[in-house]
Amino acid sequence: MRTLTDISPASVKARADQQGRNKGDGPLAREISDVTRQGAAGASRAHESAVKHVTGRAAYIDDLQAPADTLHVALGLSPVAHGRLTRLDLEKVKAAPGVVDVITIVDVPGHTDIGPVFPGDPIFADDEISYVGQCLFAVAADSHQAARRAVTLAEVEIDAQPASLDPVAAAAREEFVRPTHVQQSGDWQAALDGAAHVIESEQFVGGQEHFYLEGQACLVQPSEDEGVIVHTSNQHPSETQKLVAEVLDIPFHAVTVEMRRMGGGFGGKETQASPWACIAAIIARRTGRTTRVRLPRAEDMRATGKRHPFHNRYKLGFDAQGVLQGGDITVIGDCGYSPDLSEAIVDRAMFHADNAYSLGSARVTGHRARTHTASNTAFRGFGGPQGMMIIEAALDDIARRLGEDPLTIRKRNLYRAAEEQGIKRDVTHYGQPVEQLGLLRDLIAQLEQSSDYWTRREAVAAHNTGSSIIKKGLALTPVKFGISFTAKHLNQAGALLHVYTDGSVMINHGGTEMGQGLHTKVCQVVARELGLDLEQVRITATRTDKVPNTSPTAASSGADLNGQAARDASLKLKERLFDFAAEHFGTDRGGLDREGMRLEGGELIAGSGEAERRIAWGELVQAAYLSRISLSEKGFYSTPLIHYDRETAKGRPFYYYAFGAAVAEVSVDTLSGEYQVDRVDILHDVGDSLNPAIDIGQVEGGFIQGMGWLTSEELKWNDAGRLVSDGPATYKIPTFGDLPPVFNVALMQGHPNSQASIYRSKAVGEPPFMLGMSVWSALRDALSSLVDYRHCPRLDTPATPERVLMAAEALRQGADTRETQHAPA
Amino acid sequence: MIDFYLNGKRQRCDDVPADTSILELLRTRLGQTGTKEGCASGDCGACTVAIGEPGDDGALRYQAANGCITPAHQLDGCHLVTVEGLARGDALHPAQAAMVECHASQCGFCTPGIVMSLFTLHEEQRRTPAPLSQQRLEEVLGGNLCRCTGYRPIRDAALSMNDYPDTHPLWADDPDLASNVAQLRAAKAASSGGGHYVAPRDLAALRKLKAEHPEARLVAGATDLWLETTQQLKALDDLIDVRQVAELNTIEETPQGWWIGAAVTYSRLEPLFGQHFPAFAHLLHRFASKQIRNRGTLGGNVANASPIGDSPPVLLALDARVSLDGPDGERELPLGDFFLDYKQTALGANEFIRAIFLPRPSDTQKLKVWKLSKRREDDISAVLGAFAWHLEGGAMRDVRLAFGGMAAIPKRAAAAEAALEGQAPSADAFAAARVALASDFQPMSDVRGSAEYRQVAASNLLERLRLMIDADSHHNANPEVTLHAYAH
Repeated sequence: MRTLTDISPASVKARADQQGRNKGDGPLAREISDVTRQGAAGASRAHESAVKHVTGRAAYIDDLQAPADTLHVALGLSPVAHGRLTRLDLEKVKAAPGVVDVITIVDVPGHTDIGPVFPGDPIFADDEISYVGQCLFAVAADSHQAARRAVTLAEVEIDAQPASLDPVAAAAREEFVRPTHVQQSGDWQAALDGAAHVIESEQFVGGQEHFYLEGQACLVQPSEDEGVIVHTSNQHPSETQKLVAEVLDIPFHAVTVEMRRMGGGFGGKETQASPWACIAAIIARRTGRTTRVRLPRAEDMRATGKRHPFHNRYKLGFDAQGVLQGGDITVIGDCGYSPDLSEAIVDRAMFHADNAYSLGSARVTGHRARTHTASNTAFRGFGGPQGMMIIEAALDDIARRLGEDPLTIRKRNLYRAAEEQGIKRDVTHYGQPVEQLGLLRDLIAQLEQSSDYWTRREAVAAHNTGSSIIKKGLALTPVKFGISFTAKHLNQAGALLHVYTDGSVMINHGGTEMGQGLHTKVCQVVARELGLDLEQVRITATRTDKVPNTSPTAASSGADLNGQAARDASLKLKERLFDFAAEHFGTDRGGLDREGMRLEGGELIAGSGEAERRIAWGELVQAAYLSRISLSEKGFYSTPLIHYDRETAKGRPFYYYAFGAAVAEVSVDTLSGEYQVDRVDILHDVGDSLNPAIDIGQVEGGFIQGMGWLTSEELKWNDAGRLVSDGPATYKIPTFGDLPPVFNVALMQGHPNSQASIYRSKAVGEPPFMLGMSVWSALRDALSSLVDYRHCPRLDTPATPERVLMAAEALRQGADTRETQHAPA
Repeated sequence: MIDFYLNGKRQRCDDVPADTSILELLRTRLGQTGTKEGCASGDCGACTVAIGEPGDDGALRYQAANGCITPAHQLDGCHLVTVEGLARGDALHPAQAAMVECHASQCGFCTPGIVMSLFTLHEEQRRTPAPLSQQRLEEVLGGNLCRCTGYRPIRDAALSMNDYPDTHPLWADDPDLASNVAQLRAAKAASSGGGHYVAPRDLAALRKLKAEHPEARLVAGATDLWLETTQQLKALDDLIDVRQVAELNTIEETPQGWWIGAAVTYSRLEPLFGQHFPAFAHLLHRFASKQIRNRGTLGGNVANASPIGDSPPVLLALDARVSLDGPDGERELPLGDFFLDYKQTALGANEFIRAIFLPRPSDTQKLKVWKLSKRREDDISAVLGAFAWHLEGGAMRDVRLAFGGMAAIPKRAAAAEAALEGQAPSADAFAAARVALASDFQPMSDVRGSAEYRQVAASNLLERLRLMIDADSHHNANPEVTLHAYAH
């Protein structure tokens, strides 16, 4: 039933025990492991920290040992969404037991604006209050509890003003955090005018809390001179280094940021891990003491931004076959109070308003609405999922209008190598040609077959005819997701490779490990290039003093960029060793054959047949060292081909696309709104996988997280702008029982990346997230059966049992719910 | 002093404040950081530990608990096992080995908690092997959130761990561990502590303490009380722990029904409910998480008087009674008279709940319990409906329709009950009941649902009830009225 990666029955440990050991020659000889190709890229190796995870030995920020006099910081957060801070009396806070230091904006030595890309994020509120949860002050005390209790003693007076909480109204008033951007291809108005059919609708797509299990945390030690060492749970150490330096008004080289592992990130620690590090750094410098910040869950949820809620509108024309002719799409991203990353996030929603389909002649407009909530931020998919929801909704609508199966309509609209009425159907609305069209078609065809879609479609219809309360739904939705940072300069990476004289290898790179297996994959790349066993390659914490000026680990790019940088370093070192070996290990008959020299199985191999010479890795390394050959190398990579011109709104923002598709079957109790996901089949494209087990893990985890986003995970704010779903008691991420009882997940085989990515693999972090749309579409399918599939109800997200029940009630009462559901306040 | 065993080693901790949690004790006092804090509210399971107490046969039984909201003082006389205590040197425990081999950790932060839940399952399986049904796995793992994996590899680890060599933790080699723990408990009982956290062993001692320390709060499972310290930062300076009061720990069977001691945990009620109240037992599976059910008590759920507590509507439908105890002696009252207003009860000063009486159901009594929530497992009800009735000569009798989430207190729907009482379960009668229901409640809108949704959903539960009765009367074995995942 399940298509799973082959997993070797022998444990890592057993394999290690089986390995013989061989000894290098030479004066520095020590035992080194024999080598196999077990660890090389392409194999399903366990996460590099797996044993540490299961034994509790993997250290996260709050687990790090610190001096006994370490300070603990708690934050004073605004209880009001919008207003003027008129009084902030902290005398009682300062006098509270255990309190050592209390700081506000006046205590910041350097920059007070820590906006990551654009200004707009004050480290502490000055006089203007912009959201509930905004940081007003920080307290450092000798215990976590003492600091938290002291915070409650603050006397805060705020002249409250009406809060803007409706992004649609904000957009109407042109209250934006960044300018509106428009993409256009062809004459969209003419396409609408000339179309046989037109649909027009809107949707609300809810946000999402990251709910990384490890909350925001950092530990800052004062270092020599004016500097600090920052340990932080963080996807973007270099940016934190910059912001800490600017806040302290010291040079960047005085700040070192170290990041070993995160207990989950998902985008929530790309920009929003920095404020706490900045605050802790100020206190550490003021007091000379190591300083910790750890946000309690409810404060973490209130103070930090989330996935952007979106309001989408679409008016699309199509022909009698349901083929899109063109139309007009508007997305409004609810950005919260400041720009943060919203420019790029709304861009990505626009770039994905087509998902896998040719829109025809289309205009896509993206607004960035400013509201009085936390500044919404990166979250797996980065706006892409919210954009795709438009076209997936529309294609369901079109199918009902024409009385066709939604899958039929979807397939007709896929990108295709055709030109219809002057429209290139293989080029996106922003001008990028879509490659690997055959892959997309094959993938859907294979999944259609393996999931038995059409037989099950009949079974679903038969079931629904005979069942008045429980209705089944079925849907196949594809994903096409663009891979690259749309901020071009971020598409670069560095790596640092050291070989030590015992033959052990250390690789360091700019990417961060948040559970996605990046470090495992990078070690595999190095092991493959150097012909070593994975155990001989170790990775160390990401540090800004090892690899500088790095990009965030985001946009699914971690392995693509850092894997290439690590490979670059490995190749350079390898070439140097080959040059050395060719000369050094020469015989009376001449040097080694430099041509065809290779590192394999822990040996350097030169020549072939009788002329073959093998030199053990340990011996090679020691000889090189004694001959004063550098055993260290740095690597660098920048992604080729990509460009995007915001003026013309055209270009090739993505190096390539990753594809996938999912089929979901659901059962809906139309009396209660409860539903269950009965079966899910997924086929996903990762090119040639670097590590099938890790990739499967990303696909499954991404799918479940995407399903949670569209079903049970509901963010609710009260009328005063306070987040009321501020903990796991009220904010429900999927749990064990939400795993579909039948869950067939497979990686697409036989389609290496058409671009020269690392070993022709593809990025996998974000694309599978959007496979969760199949569940939402299946819910609509089930509801649609209540009206004999004559139309598809509007179903805003998350599609909680409440929303599903209210949609069912409206359908039963005969209302055309396409116009009746309203977005929640 | 807290005197206990930690991963096989005797551990004594002096001067531990009353409101210290196990998690805090481990992480800040003992430097054991393997156990993680994810939420400090008992909802995510990252802090899961296993608490071993001697069973009837003297052997230690390990139960999962949330370290973040379990009082450290409850470790007194127990064997605490944490993620650091499972591996035998370099050899992983089967729960750990399976997690590694199944690629079941990604970020690894929830992993220690999941490993500990799997450890308790492994212990159960060693003692009494039984098939690992999906429901059983959900019960064990439903209280452990993972944000990375999507749970499939964790399921695989759970299903495969018994195939791994049964590597015992080192402490399991100690033949005297169980008896040492038992001796510790006996010694503690004799000395019966003092200070700010006291754990009386009998009713007389409890009454006396309560009279002498009227300001002290009572604590049993602490699964709600502890949020006052972790979430609201309140100090819980004086606590009287009722978990070990012998008289509060009994389930007394009489011909008329069962007296359930207020300190009996949900986990202990599972067999009784399973036999006599299957609908209630089914609700238990969706009642918080295993970690909570192992600590939380029926008495606590009733005393807490939350409008969205899961057991009170069922108890109301079953016509339960409560026995209150205190300085002025015992008194008994119907549960319906216990809940007065939002979080207000009939408990007088220094009174406490001693037991709850569940009448024995007659052969003809029917009970249906339906809980509506955003997530099926470990969620709090938006609406909970508990319906009890008899069919006599084609008419519904003793109709008791109780709801949670519809008013400030758990409450019966008097008008709807009246509309059905004595009527045949006809479409007309139920239509009248649904109309009447609208006058019974004016629910509120909150984070769990809108008032409109609650009203519609509650009304629809009556329709579901009608369809169910209708299907029963036609001996339809498989009425398509509820989803399989939710079916009894």
